[in-house]
Amino acid sequence: MISSMPPALLFIIGTLPIPFLRGRRKSFYLLLLPVIGMINLLNMEEGVQWTMTFLEFEVVLGHVDKLSLVFGYIFHIAAFLVAVYGIHKHNNLESCATFFYAGSALGVVFSGDLLSLFCFWEMMTLGCIWLILARRTREAYRAALRFTLFHILGGLLLLTGIIIRAHETGSVEFGHIGLDGLGSYLIFLGFGINCAWPLLHTWLTDAYPEATVVGTVVLSIFTTKTAVYVLARGFAGTEELIWIGVAMATFPIFYAVIENDLRRVLSYSLINQVGFMVVGIGIGTELALNGVAAHAFAHILYKSLLFMSMGSVLYMTGKIRATDLGGLYRTMPITAGLCIVGAASISAFPLFSGFISKSLTIEAVAGHEGGHYYFVWLLLMFASAGVLHHAGIKIPYCAFFGHDSGIRTKEPPMNMLIAMGITAFLCILIGLFPHQTLYQILPYKVDFEPYTISHVIGQTQLLCFAALTFCLLIVFRLHPPEVKGVNLDVDWFYRRGGRLFVRFAKNPVELLDTALGRLYLDFFSKPILRMSHFVWRVFDVRVVDGIVNRTADFVLGCADRLRNSQTGHVRDYAMGMVVGFLFILYFILH
Amino acid sequence: MKKENSYFDKPRNLKKVRIILYCLCVFLILLDLFVPKHGHFEWEGWIGFFCIYGSLSYVLLVVVATYCLRPVVRRDEKHYDK
Repeated sequence: MISSMPPALLFIIGTLPIPFLRGRRKSFYLLLLPVIGMINLLNMEEGVQWTMTFLEFEVVLGHVDKLSLVFGYIFHIAAFLVAVYGIHKHNNLESCATFFYAGSALGVVFSGDLLSLFCFWEMMTLGCIWLILARRTREAYRAALRFTLFHILGGLLLLTGIIIRAHETGSVEFGHIGLDGLGSYLIFLGFGINCAWPLLHTWLTDAYPEATVVGTVVLSIFTTKTAVYVLARGFAGTEELIWIGVAMATFPIFYAVIENDLRRVLSYSLINQVGFMVVGIGIGTELALNGVAAHAFAHILYKSLLFMSMGSVLYMTGKIRATDLGGLYRTMPITAGLCIVGAASISAFPLFSGFISKSLTIEAVAGHEGGHYYFVWLLLMFASAGVLHHAGIKIPYCAFFGHDSGIRTKEPPMNMLIAMGITAFLCILIGLFPHQTLYQILPYKVDFEPYTISHVIGQTQLLCFAALTFCLLIVFRLHPPEVKGVNLDVDWFYRRGGRLFVRFAKNPVELLDTALGRLYLDFFSKPILRMSHFVWRVFDVRVVDGIVNRTADFVLGCADRLRNSQTGHVRDYAMGMVVGFLFILYFILH
Repeated sequence: MKKENSYFDKPRNLKKVRIILYCLCVFLILLDLFVPKHGHFEWEGWIGFFCIYGSLSYVLLVVVATYCLRPVVRRDEKHYDK
């Protein structure tokens, strides 16, 4: 049996040779790394591994259980798919950042303590920033700065929470935390920022669409899903999460409807899907947590597929706005077909992965406490119909169908198609055979059948009638067209706020500073200068210099007299010597 | 030059797609009449509940987003560069 090593170290150390490899060797290495990682993961045994002591605390790099393994498996699969998708480019920064980021995410997933979790958490942020900067545009640079500031805030909250908790409990073990003190609230909030909670979500919708073609796919996989994982481990059953999750599932879909940038539409959609997971964590039952893990797994696949298809459109046409695109099915039929598979999966059509994963969460909500959360259920069903609009219909319709934009291009490189093909295959495979695939690896035993007549008919009716409504709106020309522009979101406050701060610093503060400086000069510096000048004249010139001058004059006078006493006649010196001798004699005798 | 796919450019084909969707919707409503649905909530068993809920949700979403949210938050593309 091969002995395993921490997956995080394997990926992070594995990043080092990438810049030194070229051509096919590099391609081979990039594909091999996640495969080796997966073999390593399959060799890992459940339990606590790789422990060490740091500052009197026990650091655990391998807390392996069924929950962490689900996330471990999908992160490895996603890393492989991304490697295939981006293999044609060989961008060192992008490749290194991808594996560093994936390794850090795996570090978070297998951390058994809050200290190592925090370190990997921050390393993930670093990987994200590189992926955004790799686009090398002014917008990307600015978005990366805003992203950094947001995550520094989140990191600080998390670190403060960890320190307070360590002080309170004397332990940094990462298990169930729950909301029971300041430290836990800060940790909760720190996790929430990475989870893109409402009002804390704009780092995602601002930065993800600014990353590179491959970078956006990578970003969509790890950060929010590690946040879902840590919330599931630390705060399962926290009721506040149900309402936070409902807000996440519902409010971004309104923005997704009016957004013009298709990768930004998918970013809003990402928050909507994570909302379903957060609701499941809030419910906290075994069924709900199975739903969270299953939905995270399925979501990574279909969201990657959608981001890959939009990335392919951007790569081939250089455009990503809905108003600039349309009719691409003519020249990109395979990409269009694969995008539709992703759209069907995210919309949770029966036979696709979203159906069998989302059903678990919906069932957990409906069955919890005898239907107590009926309002949550209704809102989640509303969100499900909304997903069909922006991700199920809008994305493929605006890019590949709709009006003819006149763009004639061709299919993306073969590796991109292969990556999308494998992902689409997995979406269908999981949807067709959930019990033989995804349900096998969930944290708890699955006692749930998604393909019941009631469930299949209900979900199909919901989606088909939403699609029918879209169709009728189009036929009767009532569907509002896409329009150019940006939509203000919460980021307006800090983007405009930052600019206002600079303006405020330039105008009133600078003027005030100048006025205060002048006052200081007139009423403080100048009087002090005058006084010191006076002191200089009176004390320095008259007193100090006077004493020195007088002393010098006195010494000069003495020296002058002494000099005058030197006559140069021998008799005068002889007389002096005699007088001196007589004095000495007198003193000796007395 | 590779031949372009133009299936959806023909109105006849678009009409086919629409008819398939209409038929599917009619079939789903008929299913509700013959196949009783069970769920945790009473309304899940009502005939046409999911059909109406899906349509209304869609209309509500589009109307609120387009006519309430868009006028408030929509700005020029260079808004943040000014």
